[in-house]
Amino acid sequence: MNVILLAVISLGGIGIVAAIVLFAASKKFAIYEDPRIAKVAEVLPQANCGGCGYPGCNGFAEACVKAGSLEGKLCPVGGQAVMEKVAGILGLDAADATPKVAVIRCNGTCENRAKNTVYDGARTCAIISATYGGETGCSYGCLGAGDCVAACQFGAISINPETGIAEVDEEKCTACGACVKACPKGIIELRNKGKNNRRVYVSCMNKDKGAVTRKACNVGCIGCGKCVKTCPFEAITLANNLAYIDYNKCKLCRKCVDECPQSAIIAVNFPPRKPKAEQDAPATADNATQAEA
Amino acid sequence: MKTFRIGGVHPDDKKLSAGKAIERLGLPRQAVFPLSQHIGAPATAVVKKGDEVKVGTKIAEAGGFVSAPIYSSVSGKVNKIDTVTDASGYRKPAIFIDVDGDEWEASIDRSEDIVKECTLLPEEIIKKISAAGVVGMGGACFPTHVKLSPPPGCKADCIIINAVECEPYLTADHRLMLEKPEQILIGVTILMKAAKVDKAYIGIESNKPDAIALMTQKAAEFPGIEVVPLKVKYPQGGEKQLIDAVIGRQVPAPPAIPINVGAIVQNVGTVYAVYEAVQKNKPLFERIVTVTGKSLKTTSNFLVRMGTPISQLIDAAGGMPEDTGKVISGGPMMGKALADIESPVCKGTSGVLLINEKEAVRREPSPCIRCAKCVSACPMGLEPYLIATLSVNGMWERLEKESVMSCIECGSCQFTCPSHRPMLDYIRLGKGKVGAMIKARNMKKQ
Amino acid sequence: MANKLIVSLSPHVHGGDTVSKNMYGVLIALIPAFIVSIAVFGVGAFIVTLTSVAACIFFEWAITKYILKRDKTTILDGSAALTGVLLAFNLPSNFPIWMIIIGALVAIGVGKMTFGGLGCNVFNPALIGRVFLLISFPVAMTSWPQTGQYDLYTDAVTGATPLALMKSAMHGDATALQQLPDALSLFLGNNPGSLGEVSALALLIGLAYMLWKKIITWHIPVSIILTVFVFSGIMHLVNPETYAGPVVHILTGGLMLGAIFMATDYVTSPMSHKGMIIYGIGIGFLTVVIRLFGAYPEGMSFAILIMNAFTPLINTYFKPKKFGEAKTK
Repeated sequence: MNVILLAVISLGGIGIVAAIVLFAASKKFAIYEDPRIAKVAEVLPQANCGGCGYPGCNGFAEACVKAGSLEGKLCPVGGQAVMEKVAGILGLDAADATPKVAVIRCNGTCENRAKNTVYDGARTCAIISATYGGETGCSYGCLGAGDCVAACQFGAISINPETGIAEVDEEKCTACGACVKACPKGIIELRNKGKNNRRVYVSCMNKDKGAVTRKACNVGCIGCGKCVKTCPFEAITLANNLAYIDYNKCKLCRKCVDECPQSAIIAVNFPPRKPKAEQDAPATADNATQAEA
Repeated sequence: MKTFRIGGVHPDDKKLSAGKAIERLGLPRQAVFPLSQHIGAPATAVVKKGDEVKVGTKIAEAGGFVSAPIYSSVSGKVNKIDTVTDASGYRKPAIFIDVDGDEWEASIDRSEDIVKECTLLPEEIIKKISAAGVVGMGGACFPTHVKLSPPPGCKADCIIINAVECEPYLTADHRLMLEKPEQILIGVTILMKAAKVDKAYIGIESNKPDAIALMTQKAAEFPGIEVVPLKVKYPQGGEKQLIDAVIGRQVPAPPAIPINVGAIVQNVGTVYAVYEAVQKNKPLFERIVTVTGKSLKTTSNFLVRMGTPISQLIDAAGGMPEDTGKVISGGPMMGKALADIESPVCKGTSGVLLINEKEAVRREPSPCIRCAKCVSACPMGLEPYLIATLSVNGMWERLEKESVMSCIECGSCQFTCPSHRPMLDYIRLGKGKVGAMIKARNMKKQ
Repeated sequence: MANKLIVSLSPHVHGGDTVSKNMYGVLIALIPAFIVSIAVFGVGAFIVTLTSVAACIFFEWAITKYILKRDKTTILDGSAALTGVLLAFNLPSNFPIWMIIIGALVAIGVGKMTFGGLGCNVFNPALIGRVFLLISFPVAMTSWPQTGQYDLYTDAVTGATPLALMKSAMHGDATALQQLPDALSLFLGNNPGSLGEVSALALLIGLAYMLWKKIITWHIPVSIILTVFVFSGIMHLVNPETYAGPVVHILTGGLMLGAIFMATDYVTSPMSHKGMIIYGIGIGFLTVVIRLFGAYPEGMSFAILIMNAFTPLINTYFKPKKFGEAKTK
C-alpha cells in the first residue's frame, strides 16, 4: 500500500512541478504576434512555394500585415481571389494583377532538332549545361532533364517523353516562377495568360546566327525580322538574332505567326481557322472546350 | 621517392605513344582561332575580314592583364570572324583564316640553333612572354606572365617545373623532354631569372626513367636546377600536389595560391614555349599534341599548328575507328569530351584521346555504400561522398563549410567509386554555385 | 561517322571497382573460417550457413519485389549473401533451422530493408539478427556443441566456451581460469563456440586477404584489437585471479570475427581514418566493459551496435585532415 501511495505522490508531485514550470515559461517567454498574421496565413494556400518572393506563406502573411499596403504583393497560387480576401482582412485595397502562366520558349522536339551527341552523366539540366551546349546543335534550347519538373510544387510541368522537352499544364500552373529560376537555360518565361488563355509567343531562345540556327533546328528563330515588320502594334523586337513579343503590346492578331518562315512563333488556344474568317471571332462552342483543355 | 601526402589513385598508365617521336603535322586548309583560349578576359580581334596574315602575325590582342594575345599559326587571308563550337561545347567567337602558302614573319628565328645566352632584364623577359601569348600548356591555360608577377607581399623562392604528366595516355611532355632537353633547361634558367629565384626543380614521374636520366644528365651544366623523380600516383601533376611532393609545403585552402608558399609552378611545355618566345622571337602558335587511343591505327605525338581542326589529327593517325564512343581533348581523368571533332586545337590541347564505346559509357550508378574509398582517394582531404550529396540537395552553405572550393576536380573519387556514382558531376555543380555565392558576397562587401 | 559521340564530364575512365566485387571479396576472405568451422563442427556448420544464406537472399528478393516494389533486384550484389554468412558465423552449429530463418528475416527485413536497402542501414544487419536471436532464444544461442562431433546436428553434446569460463571466474569460481585452453589452441580453434569465431588464424588470413585487395583499411580491426589488448591487460594486472589475460581476451569469442568482418562493414562504420580509429577504440573498450562487468559473457555484438549508432556523430566531428592543414615537411 505504502509503495503505491509513494508512487502516486511522487509522480503527481513531478507533474505539478512540471506544470508550474511550463506555465511560467509560457508567460515569461511569450512573443507577441499580430493576430492578423495568422488570419491572413489562413486564407493563403499554404503551398509554401515561395512564388510570392517571401519565405513561405507565413512569411508572405507577415509581410502583407507589416507593409500596410498590398502594392506589388501577389500570391501567384491563389491569384486575385485570395488577394482580395487578404485585402478584406487587412482593410486594404488589393492591387490589380493579371494572371500569368509559365511558357516554355523552346519547340526543339526530337523531330525538329536532331541530336548529334549523347550525354552520359548525372541527369540534371544544371550539370548538362555546365558540361556543354547540349545534345543538339542548339545550345540555347530545352535540355529535357527536368530541373523545372523537380522545382514545380504543383506537378504542372512534365517532360514529354516523345518530344523530349518540357510542357506546362496551364490548368495546374500557378505562375509561382520556381521553374523560371530552376531552368539553367532561362527558356521559361511568365507571360500574361491572355484573353481566353490565348497567347502568341516566340518559342525559341536561340541567339546564334540564322545559318547556324537553321542547321540545328527546324523551328528555331533565325532573326530574319519579318515578324517585326509585319506586326502592326510594334510588339515585336529583335535582339541578338532573336525575336521577342511583348505580351503587353500584343493584340493577338497572329499576323506574325503566318509570316514566320521557321514556324517559330506559336499561337495557343486559338480556334482552328476557317478560311477567310474573322481572326478575332468569338469562340464557338467547340472552340471554348478546346480553350479550356 | 617523393610523393604528395594525402590520397591519390593509380589509374592504368597506357602510355601507348611514349615511343613515338614528335612529327610535324601538315597545314590545315582553314585555321580557326577561338578568342578565348585561356583563363581570363577573351582576346580582342585586331584583324578584319580580308586581311592578309603571315605565320606569327598577331591576330588578337590581350583583353586585360589576365589575358593573352593570339597569333596566327598560318599564312593566308582572314575569311571571317564568327562563332565556332570550342572544347567547352558552346559556340564562342573565333577568327577563321583560309590558309595560303606558309610564309613566316621575318622576326622569327627559324634556325635549329640553340640560343643559350639571355641578357634581358627580368621585367623585359616577362614582357616578352606576355607579348608572345604564352599560357600554361598543361590544360588550365593560365597566362604565364601573371604567374611570374607575384602580388605585392609575396615572394617566390623557387620554381617547380611540372613534367609529371600523370594523366594516363598523354606523352606530349615526355617526348618534348626527350627531344628538346637543352631548350627546356635554358627555358627554366630564363624563368628563374624572370622570377628572381636561384632554385628550380623539375618534377618527373618515375614511369619516364629515360626522361629522368636525360634531364638529370643535361641539368648538371645548369646551376640551381634539380630533377626530382616522383612516385607514380595520380594526381601527382596537380599543382598543389606537386608542390607538396617536391618541397613539402602545402598551399592552404583557396583563395591561397602557390605563390603564398613561395613556389611558382610551370608546365614543361610552357617552359619550352618561353624558350621559343624569348630566345627565338617565336610567339605561341604551335604545340605538341598526343593523339592516342586503343583502337587507333597509329598513336602519335604531333607538332600541330593551333587552329587545326581535331578531325585532321585523327585522320593523320589513321582515321576515326568505327567503335569510337568518345573523343577527349586532354587526358582521361580531367580532359573534356568533345561534342564536335571539327573544333580546333587550342593552346591547352595537350592530347586527343579516343575511347571506344564500351569503355566510354558510364555504368548505371547504384546507392552509396559508404565504403569511404572516395575519402581515402581524395588528394585534398575532402569527403567527396558528402559534398556530392549536399550538392544534390542544394545545401550550398553547408557545402562551403565542407570546403567544396578546395576541390581540384581531379576525378579520383569518381574513379574509385564502386557504386559508379557521378560524384564529380555534382561536386562541380556545387562548386559553381558556391563560387557564385562567394563572389556575390564579396561584391556586397565592397 | 556512324555513332553519335558521347559527352560527359571527366573523369572518363573508371577504376573498375564495383559493389559486388567488394562483397564477394569479403566472402572469399571468409572461406578459411568456413573451412575451419566445418572441420571443427562438421555437417552442422554447413547446414547453418547454407540455411542462413539462402534465407537472407530469399528475404531480400521478396522484400525488394513485393514490399518495396522495385524493378531492380539487388540479390546478386553479394551483400545479402554476406549478411547470411556473417549471421551464420555468429550462431552455434546446432542452431534450429526455423530460428535461423527468423534471424535472417530480422537481419534483412528489420536490419536492412526497412532503412531502404544497402547503403542506408544504420546498424549492421547480421548483428541485428544475432542480437534478436540472442534475446529471443538465449538457451539455444548459448549452448555450443563440443567440437569434433562431425555428423551430429541436433543432439550434440554441448560444452562451456572459454568466455563462459572467464565469466564464472569473475563470479568467484577460482578454478575456472585454469580450465581455459592454452593460447595456441584458441588461436587455431578447437573450442566450443559460434561457427565463425573459433579460429583466430583463419580470420587473420581473411584480414590479410582483404587488406591486400584493398577492400578494407587496417584502422578499424587494429584499433579494436589493440584497445582490447591494452584495456584487458590492465585489468589482468590489477587482478589476475579474476580477470583473464589480454591474449586470451583477444583470441576468444567473436572478437576477431567482429573486429575484422563485422565492425568493418562499410555502411555502418565511419568514413575518415581518424573516425575509424575512434570507432575501433570505442568498440574495444565497450567489449571489455561488457565482458568484465556486464551480464553477458560476450560483448562484441553489443559494442559494435552501440558504436554503429555513434557513427553519424563520429562522421560529423572527425573529418579527414584537409590539404593545407599539414605542417611543412
